[in-house]
Amino acid sequence: MSKREKTDTTGFDPRRRKALGEMAKHVAGATVAAAAIAGFARQSGALPATTLRPPGALPENEFQSACVRCGLCVRDCPYDTLKLAEWGDGPAIGTPYFIARDIPCEMCPDIPCVKACPTGALAHGLTDIDDARMGVASLVGRETCLNMLGLRCDVCYRVCPLIDEAITLETTHNTRTGRHAVFEPFVHSEICTGCGKCEKSCVLDEAAIKVLPVALATGEIGGHYRLGWEEKDRAGGEMVPGLIELPVRVPEASR
Amino acid sequence: MSVKRIPGVEARRKHGFLTANRWLIARRLAQLGFFMLFAAGPWFGVWIVKGTLSSSLTLETLPLTDPLILLQALVAGHKPELTALLGAAIVLGAYLVLGGRLYCSWVCPINPVTDLAAWARRRLGIETDWKIRPQARLWVLGAVLAASAATGTIAFELINPITTLYRGLLFGASWGLASVLLVFLLDLFVARHGWCGHVCPVGAFYGIVNRTAGLRVSASGRARCDDCMDCYAVCPEMHVIAPALKGDRTGTGPVILAPDCTTCGRCIDICPERVFRFTHRFDQRLDTPAAEPGATPQPATREAA
Repeated sequence: MSKREKTDTTGFDPRRRKALGEMAKHVAGATVAAAAIAGFARQSGALPATTLRPPGALPENEFQSACVRCGLCVRDCPYDTLKLAEWGDGPAIGTPYFIARDIPCEMCPDIPCVKACPTGALAHGLTDIDDARMGVASLVGRETCLNMLGLRCDVCYRVCPLIDEAITLETTHNTRTGRHAVFEPFVHSEICTGCGKCEKSCVLDEAAIKVLPVALATGEIGGHYRLGWEEKDRAGGEMVPGLIELPVRVPEASR
Repeated sequence: MSVKRIPGVEARRKHGFLTANRWLIARRLAQLGFFMLFAAGPWFGVWIVKGTLSSSLTLETLPLTDPLILLQALVAGHKPELTALLGAAIVLGAYLVLGGRLYCSWVCPINPVTDLAAWARRRLGIETDWKIRPQARLWVLGAVLAASAATGTIAFELINPITTLYRGLLFGASWGLASVLLVFLLDLFVARHGWCGHVCPVGAFYGIVNRTAGLRVSASGRARCDDCMDCYAVCPEMHVIAPALKGDRTGTGPVILAPDCTTCGRCIDICPERVFRFTHRFDQRLDTPAAEPGATPQPATREAA
């Protein structure tokens, strides 16, 4: 009763003060813990360019919210391509990845890794492996690639599961010899699945062709750009007929 | 009083090694058994359960998913496939019926680690402890969910020693196993039952699930209790015992209903007077002194109280 009176007259209650103190301690502790974990999580969110996600993997930031690190995709990969990341491997710990130069994706038509994924971190919408976008092959070693030196290696082109679609050989004049052609392995980024078979089979000590994350390997044109020739095709003719009249410089005699 | 009582010695003397360690042995076998279901595939090529504790597929049909990990995925903004939702619902349903913290004492691979630390603490007489309440883990659970929501990741899986240990053993040893060592050192030197009893958000989550636990320990023979304190010494959540054991005074039933109880059954083993037993949560029966063969000579005085 006396305690009650005291509370009423002064507004001070030692029990309440203690409870509030406890509360503050826990809130502070939880905030520190949350901040520490969140900071750690953000740091672990970056995927190194040398590591590739399995087919169908959501974009990296979404993948981090979806992958429960169960390893079922690893178990169902018939070629032991996939691994779960350890500390220091680069990708967030426990998440699946592969390194093309070690074991590339063999592009199974039934995509067992995607089927095994319980959460959809590997999107189940991927039903045709040719639609996979694990990355994009890029001829980064243009000065070391044997084909670019004018030789006929062609291995990356030959092993490509989408030969003549994802990689084509584009011929240009060989200025060194003056009489031969250079057969440049040319990657078509809209078709390349990023399986990495080209990188794996490149005969150089360090692969001249490498699979890179799509964003690293491709540019992106500004959304405001309009390519005149495409607009013209779409419109079925000149956009503004007769806008530019250019002077005719052909000699009078040959008109 | 100068000689320190070692819990378990008297139970062993009175009832023999097997009876005094029955549930401990059963629990170790269960922990090993669950692990071997996973390990038989990668180790011996006999595929029973594929995956890890976070998500698995049993005999190519039964999907199971850790509900807390899926909850983190949900707050991180991912809409999971049906397989994971179904798997988590099965796990959650089973633990709601049987008791969530059964996971802690019968499945979790960290339990042997922290039990070893607790045993070593008792044997080495390490008394250090921190002033932190068991409820702190609920705040850690909140912090984990907040971190998941804020970063859009399954945040706790970056450090979770439970799944790290399973993954390390099933998919190749990992530096992440250092987190298991940290848990051991925390429990040994810093705090009594520090990890499982104060920090672990998985335990906190299953503690919430444990409120409807069907399988419970009852102090049905509480009239025989001679206050040797052995059960308190070995209990990983010692605050759960008193309400049921001393319920005579407050008119509380003998069943340990506190959601923190992991239903490990160590108190059943360790009690020289055989006060405790496994039962269901609605079993309010008390032992009748006459019907109990293990009854001590003078329980009647207590029974009268």
